[in-house]
Amino acid sequence: MKTDNNTEREALFQQRVDNEEKIEPKDWMPDEYRKNLIRQISQHAHSEVIGMQPEGNWITRAPSLRRKAVLLAKVQDEGGHGLYLYSSAETLGISRAEMIEALQSGKAKYASIFNYPTLSWGDIGAIGWLVDGAAICNQVSLQRTSYGPYARGMVRICKEESFHQRQGYEIMLVLAQGNEEQKRMAQDSLNRWWWPSLMMFGPHDSESAHSAKSMKWKIKRETNDDLRQKFIDQTIPQIEFLKLDYPDPEIKWNEERGHYDSGELDWEEFYAVIKGDGHCNRERIQHHVKAHEEGEWVRQALHAYNEKKRAQKAA
Amino acid sequence: MSTEKLELFEVFIRSKRGLDHRHIGSLHAEDHEQALEYARDCYTRRSEGVSLWVVKSGDIVASQEDDSESFYDPSDDKPYRHATYYKLPDEVNNM
Repeated sequence: MKTDNNTEREALFQQRVDNEEKIEPKDWMPDEYRKNLIRQISQHAHSEVIGMQPEGNWITRAPSLRRKAVLLAKVQDEGGHGLYLYSSAETLGISRAEMIEALQSGKAKYASIFNYPTLSWGDIGAIGWLVDGAAICNQVSLQRTSYGPYARGMVRICKEESFHQRQGYEIMLVLAQGNEEQKRMAQDSLNRWWWPSLMMFGPHDSESAHSAKSMKWKIKRETNDDLRQKFIDQTIPQIEFLKLDYPDPEIKWNEERGHYDSGELDWEEFYAVIKGDGHCNRERIQHHVKAHEEGEWVRQALHAYNEKKRAQKAA
Repeated sequence: MSTEKLELFEVFIRSKRGLDHRHIGSLHAEDHEQALEYARDCYTRRSEGVSLWVVKSGDIVASQEDDSESFYDPSDDKPYRHATYYKLPDEVNNM
């Protein structure tokens, strides 16, 4: 009887998804859908929060007060985006503490691009332009995801994200139009961040473990490879405008496809970084744990103050 | 026991799947359950929505417009939080 019931429910659920209706927190949903969403949304949230580290690295060294204020505002936004996403995952019945635990113990992943170091000021430009650019590609698509709270979070995030990419490109523009040393810096940052940015879209569709189900349930709306191509196509004219060299010698317009062709990614590197062997994996998690532990006294103070107020009210 | 002074509830309605709940009005009720039933009777007579929230008005903590100096003022001198602050050439301006 129970199975019948579930088959029926699942049919209704899929019908809703097929009709482009959103799924809301109190609706029945297949366990796998819930699990898949928790994995994806929490991974997304962790990426926002861990992503604060490579950029935070340059707040004290930004070349002007203006740049410092902008970078602070951007990093602050990323923290906010983490909050929206954690809250959205919490509507699925997982607690914030469980998610943080999964991140810190290595059970949960985050975008592996944040395991690369930020070596120069040019990297801050490249991150805003390329990393946020790739994230926006993905997030614009996710505004149409089937889970209501996730979709609404994406709308909010995309609205705020628009300045991130522009400030990054503005940094690149200034460097690319500067002296020889500045141009070299811009080129070096483009070369180093190009490939990891393309990897942000995940493995090829044929290799992607979660893709088929996610597309059927409309958690994902476009495939990894389609989104990656979209990003490449929109970014190459921006590289040309900077008058920088292509970071990949195989980049070439393909008239027949109506898209740019480009070289194959180094998937060995991709999986090595995911498995924990990137430049900064250990450092990122250690820093997160340290910040969390060092914040413990603040949480305790808040709690103690609350207790005191309650006692005063009772008296 | 007073039967005149029922508690005040605020009602929020989701007009369509995928949209946020929006405040639509208030009503008096004995408890949450009754408030939800009243809300259904008062606010969804013409298929206005697919989901209702009721919240005790007393549980809502609100900021006031007078607070704006300390609450919202700092935003005005941070124009760089807006995309339009960054002037990019036309060729790449669709970013």
